[in-house]
Amino acid sequence: MQTQNTSKQKPQRWALIGLSICLALLIAAPFIGIYPIFMMKALCYAMFAMAFNLLMGFTGLLSFGHAAFFGAAGYTTGLLIRSFGWSPEMGVLAGTVIASVCGLGVGLIAIRRQGIYFAMVTLAMAQMFYFVFLQAPFTGGEDGLQGVPRGKLLGLVSLENDLSLYFVLLAVFAAVFMFVIRIVHSPYGQVLKAIRENESRAISLGYNVNKYKLMAFVLSTAIAGLAGSMKTLALGFVTLNDAHWSLSGEVILMTLLGGLGTFTGPALGAFTIIGLQNFLADQVGSWINVIIGVIFVICVVAFRRGFIGELKHWMTLRHKA
Amino acid sequence: MEIFGIPIQAFLGQLLLGLVNGSFYAMLSLGLAVIFGLLGIVNFAHGAFYMMGAYVAFVSLDVFGLNYWITLLLAPLLVGTVGVILERTLLKRLYKIDPIYGLLLTFGLALIAEGVFREFFGVSGQSYPVPELLQGATNLGFMILPNYRAWVVFASLSVCLSTWFVIERTRLGSYLRAGTENPQLVQAFGINVPMMVMLTYGAGCGLAALAGVLAAPVIQINPLMGSNLIIVVFAVVVIGGMGSIMGAIITGVVLGLIEGLTKVFYPEASNIVVFVIMAIVLLIRPAGLFGKEA
Amino acid sequence: MKLKKIISALGIAGLSMVGISAQAQISGDVIRIGFITDLSGLYADIDGPAGAEAIRMAIADLGGAVAGKKIELLVADHQNKPDVAAAKAREWFDTQGVDMLVGGTNSGTALAMAKVAQEKKKLFIAIGAGTSALTNEQCNAYTIHYAYDTVALAKGTGGAVVKAGGKSWYFLTADYAFGASLQNDTANVVKAAGGTVVGSVKHPLSASDFSSFLLQAQGSKAQILGLANAGGDTINAIKAANEFGITKSMKLAGLLVFINDIHSLGLKSTQGMYLTDSWYWNKDAETRTWSRKFFEKLKRMPSSLQAADYSAASQYLQAVKATGTDDSDKVSAQMKKTKINDIFAKGGYIREDGRMIHDMYLMQVKTPEKSVEPWDYYNVVETIKGEAAFTTKAESKCASWK
Repeated sequence: MQTQNTSKQKPQRWALIGLSICLALLIAAPFIGIYPIFMMKALCYAMFAMAFNLLMGFTGLLSFGHAAFFGAAGYTTGLLIRSFGWSPEMGVLAGTVIASVCGLGVGLIAIRRQGIYFAMVTLAMAQMFYFVFLQAPFTGGEDGLQGVPRGKLLGLVSLENDLSLYFVLLAVFAAVFMFVIRIVHSPYGQVLKAIRENESRAISLGYNVNKYKLMAFVLSTAIAGLAGSMKTLALGFVTLNDAHWSLSGEVILMTLLGGLGTFTGPALGAFTIIGLQNFLADQVGSWINVIIGVIFVICVVAFRRGFIGELKHWMTLRHKA
Repeated sequence: MEIFGIPIQAFLGQLLLGLVNGSFYAMLSLGLAVIFGLLGIVNFAHGAFYMMGAYVAFVSLDVFGLNYWITLLLAPLLVGTVGVILERTLLKRLYKIDPIYGLLLTFGLALIAEGVFREFFGVSGQSYPVPELLQGATNLGFMILPNYRAWVVFASLSVCLSTWFVIERTRLGSYLRAGTENPQLVQAFGINVPMMVMLTYGAGCGLAALAGVLAAPVIQINPLMGSNLIIVVFAVVVIGGMGSIMGAIITGVVLGLIEGLTKVFYPEASNIVVFVIMAIVLLIRPAGLFGKEA
Repeated sequence: MKLKKIISALGIAGLSMVGISAQAQISGDVIRIGFITDLSGLYADIDGPAGAEAIRMAIADLGGAVAGKKIELLVADHQNKPDVAAAKAREWFDTQGVDMLVGGTNSGTALAMAKVAQEKKKLFIAIGAGTSALTNEQCNAYTIHYAYDTVALAKGTGGAVVKAGGKSWYFLTADYAFGASLQNDTANVVKAAGGTVVGSVKHPLSASDFSSFLLQAQGSKAQILGLANAGGDTINAIKAANEFGITKSMKLAGLLVFINDIHSLGLKSTQGMYLTDSWYWNKDAETRTWSRKFFEKLKRMPSSLQAADYSAASQYLQAVKATGTDDSDKVSAQMKKTKINDIFAKGGYIREDGRMIHDMYLMQVKTPEKSVEPWDYYNVVETIKGEAAFTTKAESKCASWK
């Protein structure tokens, strides 16, 4: 008993140290010469990946259309801020809410099917959203929604300065991160895990599995929406790319690469992929898509646990030895 | 002459074009349904195989001077072989785990294929000439129909019906169907199930490639032609019911017609009508119109 | 969870370093020109990599340096995505010290880049894009629209076709900024000349199958099918129109056609077609000499956009030379003071609203028999004076030019 306790406290201490280092680096990033716009983009996609991980890693539901919610929130926020003069925090809130509502709608239809069917349905529904965005006049179609001003946070802090927005975004990211940890460790989160492990048993234990799954779905889409709205603020525009199924695929890859079902995995995966795209785009041009595809294949065939997952696995093996 | 307030020419014209599109949907969803029904894999790379078939046609003509009719046989064989190799080396490893990984793997493969072809051929598209025998057009009165499009409808429906026949009515087909339900038992009877699975995957990809060759003279051949189409085909298969072969064929044709009709009355919605129908079907009959409840 | 957290932290940090696009280095000793265009898609032929080469020719012709500073060219592919263009432009301005941005094809990207340039207070010269919005609704002090725009095309081709008897029009329009702009401007010209617009249909950019759109066009019974699209889309639409026999009952009016499109389609299917362009390689001795130099490098004759790339780059660099600085406000003022007399335009000048005024040419595609050599495709029917071709002050929607 004694040994078990200490061996549980040690990893928690290490985890805290690790997370603090992460945070320190993220805070220091713009000051050591890293392009803040890049960091902001990466943070937004990291949040997006965390949202996806909540659904797939912890609940076991593969949504292949998550970009629709990312884009829906982005367009909502962009439109409200640019054309209706809303303040940034209200715009972001509205975007998140709209994404959740869309999530509820899609979820109600998709939950009726399981496993692979569920994935296909989410993909098809997302495609529907995509075409609505394409046609709707307020989105600007192929040209995108341009020139979204950043405004003043709560009417006080101007976000036009890259640094100010960066720290706001970092704060939001940290909040989302903690929120996800809280959910997973909560009783609700335990039920989700049970559903992922063995759905029929969860049903036989009396849980209204569909309700839990739907809630997880809506939560996930809300966070994805938050990420999309923040991205609109950071970059100042929304385009059809933000709702395209290739983005849905990318976020799956980010999560898989970093580690499905881990906490830091998705963020790590997001930073890796965004970093690769940024760094290699000039060097290799459109080969980047092939590279992403190859990474995808390797991940699925031989690296299913992802970076953090493999690390965890290695740690467990070492422990046993 | 008007029907529902639309001149009958426009109406019939779009309906006919819808039929042409429908035959493509039918062929592609047939391949998907076969692979899913017999292998349990959702082949996201189906669109990429379709694209490869079209490019085999283009390269065969451009570089080797082989004509269309030879390519109709060559492309499915070549692309089918690629499919077989992929199945042996990569897909096989994923059968024992969550089918989601099969979907993700084929997704990654599709990305690779598209990226590579994009590098070599660019995005702006190549054109493939209509074979001489099928050139020209027939004046049907309400529209001028290029003969080639009539051929497409005929060819794809024939292929679809023959495939259905093989699977549902022949002994080989019965082995395939049994093999999905209970591979161990079938294997115990002495039938080489892994070999069957491999060949089925190859055949499914071959079907996609055949659709690609048929499509080559009609649309611009470009590396993204498959990915644009594949999602609609997914929706078709979900509507039809994922294990049902005949369901895939019928749904494909009907949805093509419905899309054509939508173009007449409400063109802006023509892109999403398939998905709207899918949503409705899922609410009423989650297993699909012809599907068997899992 | 333990050590893995540290490693993951270092991992995140390390990999984010990998992603940096160079540290902020505004170098004052190099003149950097950025060029963002469609390098690989449906507009790659009419501008694309050859356009970048044209700019390089301009730099080389000035000896590679001006006012004691070296000249550098950065090239990027926006893949016809406005967000890629805007992000690249922003990154270049923020971290690569780019002094001037040249905009290639695709109006959506041009509008996006113009906004970024305005925000960063750097000069942006739009060449490949056509939307007249750049010097009307979206005009600003930092945007110059150089070669052609949708108003000039409308007044040229639109006017000519209506005069020749094409009174009723149906538009096949590319569904984005450029298509909308072109359809709008042409419709205005057609209506002002007494014609009618029977209807229109929008097609997605880079559409693969035009059959159903063309069928709708045919159903409208209009005399003229106005193609409000460009590049690969125009080529495919013309091919499909021939295939479906549309050309038997309607005449095709290509509202934006470049010499590369004619080259692709061949004279047989395009002969007699009217088109308006800002330049033609075979116009006079001077253009021919320059074009043959281009041909030697790139094995094809330059399009009007590629010639404009060359001209704009030269004019900019000469303005830098004259003012001795790369400060955008000073150089821009200098450019607006100077008359442009080079291979691209004679007596051209840049107006207050950013529009470069120069002659446009109404041309007609030759019959195969009359074509003397490859790329000899046009007869110049009429030279339209700049002031008559582009938006007049009375028509202008530019808020700062009143």
